[in-house]
Amino acid sequence: MALDTAWATSWVTASAAVVAENRARLSSLDRDIGDGDHGENLDRGFSAVVAKLDGLADTATPADVLKLAATTLISTVGGASGPLLGTAYLRAGGAVAGQGTLDGAAIVAMLTAARDGIVHRGKAEPGDKTMIDAWTPAVDAAAQALADGAGETAILVAAADAAAVGAVATEPLVARKGRASYLGERAIGHRDPGAESSSLILRAAAVAAGG
Amino acid sequence: MKKLINAPTSVVDEAVAGFAAAHPGLVTVSHDPTFIVRVDAPRQGKVGLVSGGGSGHEPLHGGFVGYGMLDAAVPGPVFTSPTPDPVLAATKAVDGGAGVLHIVKNYTGDVLNFETAAELADAEGIEVRSVVVNDDVAVKDSLYTAGRRGVAGTVLVEKIAGAAAERGDDLEAVASIATKVVERVRTMGVALTPCTVPHSGEPSFTLRDNEIEIGIGIHGEPGRERIPLEPADAIVDRLLGAILDDMPLAAGDRTLLMVNGMGGTPQVELYIVYRRAAEILAERGVEVTRSLVGNFVTSLEMQGASVTVLHLDDQLTELWDAPVQTAALRWGR
Repeated sequence: MALDTAWATSWVTASAAVVAENRARLSSLDRDIGDGDHGENLDRGFSAVVAKLDGLADTATPADVLKLAATTLISTVGGASGPLLGTAYLRAGGAVAGQGTLDGAAIVAMLTAARDGIVHRGKAEPGDKTMIDAWTPAVDAAAQALADGAGETAILVAAADAAAVGAVATEPLVARKGRASYLGERAIGHRDPGAESSSLILRAAAVAAGG
Repeated sequence: MKKLINAPTSVVDEAVAGFAAAHPGLVTVSHDPTFIVRVDAPRQGKVGLVSGGGSGHEPLHGGFVGYGMLDAAVPGPVFTSPTPDPVLAATKAVDGGAGVLHIVKNYTGDVLNFETAAELADAEGIEVRSVVVNDDVAVKDSLYTAGRRGVAGTVLVEKIAGAAAERGDDLEAVASIATKVVERVRTMGVALTPCTVPHSGEPSFTLRDNEIEIGIGIHGEPGRERIPLEPADAIVDRLLGAILDDMPLAAGDRTLLMVNGMGGTPQVELYIVYRRAAEILAERGVEVTRSLVGNFVTSLEMQGASVTVLHLDDQLTELWDAPVQTAALRWGR
């Protein structure tokens, strides 16, 4: 089943719901190694995106939804996450521009573009203890699932599963980007809040597809 | 939490409104998006200077908007970077056709949001250059961190680059002077108490009664080490020692010595710090030819101070001495 605009809007609303549900937990993770506002910032941003979904035209494509999410997140989230996630959605939308429905190859292209956008903006590499540590395994798993002949929903589930593992795997790492990098070894033992929220958002994509 | 506020959510808006009401001859304030702009902006043919960042560091940055310094300041929420759209709006408001310089403190959020705004401005045909301030020697500058933080030295960058822009230097020249200040300025701070961000209501970190944090950041980020409280002179020896290890100065070198309060430390203590810092420099034969003492880059109500040394030369001295008229710095005019 190729994924359409309804899936894209469900992804946004499911993301908003899961971020709201985990707001305090994300801020608490952020208080451990950052400045403690990650949950509040993302909650404000995704709520703003949901509020704008009604304004979309009936002819909107999945890319239109992603671009709306991008510009809204950039202008409402703040901190480092706003421009990083905003760039991810912007590139994701660009990768599937003009397509009414997305097949497996389009999904993988979309996730890859999102990850590349975050890397371009934040200059982080895998292992730096950032959201990239959730996105990169997700992209790799999605590509592998596509190669194995999986359908769209199974591709998104594979991506979400790998992101969750990737987020947990940030715990033993020393941070090399962002505010947590000032802590040196004191960051060890704490999960990166950006990797955790990215994992939640990628899970929402799978849930929106029925996964 | 005991603060003179009405509600945590309205802190920045109400403070900015009060700032505008107090300084009508200097600035006007734009709401939605929020930025503070010089009353006579844009000035045709003059390079525009825009800075900004999280609120809670006042008078930085709004207090430095005016003649001879910034053209606009963009306050974010407390300790949180502004988003790109107000930065873009401020950039457009000060563009007089000669380009705009962004002065950005080195924090990941600030850098990413200003970078995004610069890209958007570029797409609208405004030439933007960015200078990132990273004067805090407490943090190791390496590939393995986000790099040194921008702290009190930012004021000196804004003043000197602002003077260059005011006398008519072009964008390339203003950016190069700002970069020169960044290369020659170093800061190290200490905290005696934490601060409380209004929307969190909890202290940003905890220190025991007899404990201080050497190398504190301006958001309460940890520094180099926690040690038991010492006499002021011993603390200043640590701060200035770290600066001079990083930027060796020779006998005869001229400097600007700045002692900056974090918001909760009285002036009388800042001058005790200044006295010892000047003494150490004098022992090394380093001349202090300019000084600045007061609360300029604060961290809400945190008790603490930072010491900043800028290695001056004739050009920087002349630009430092040039007239300035802002809410927080004013001379020669």
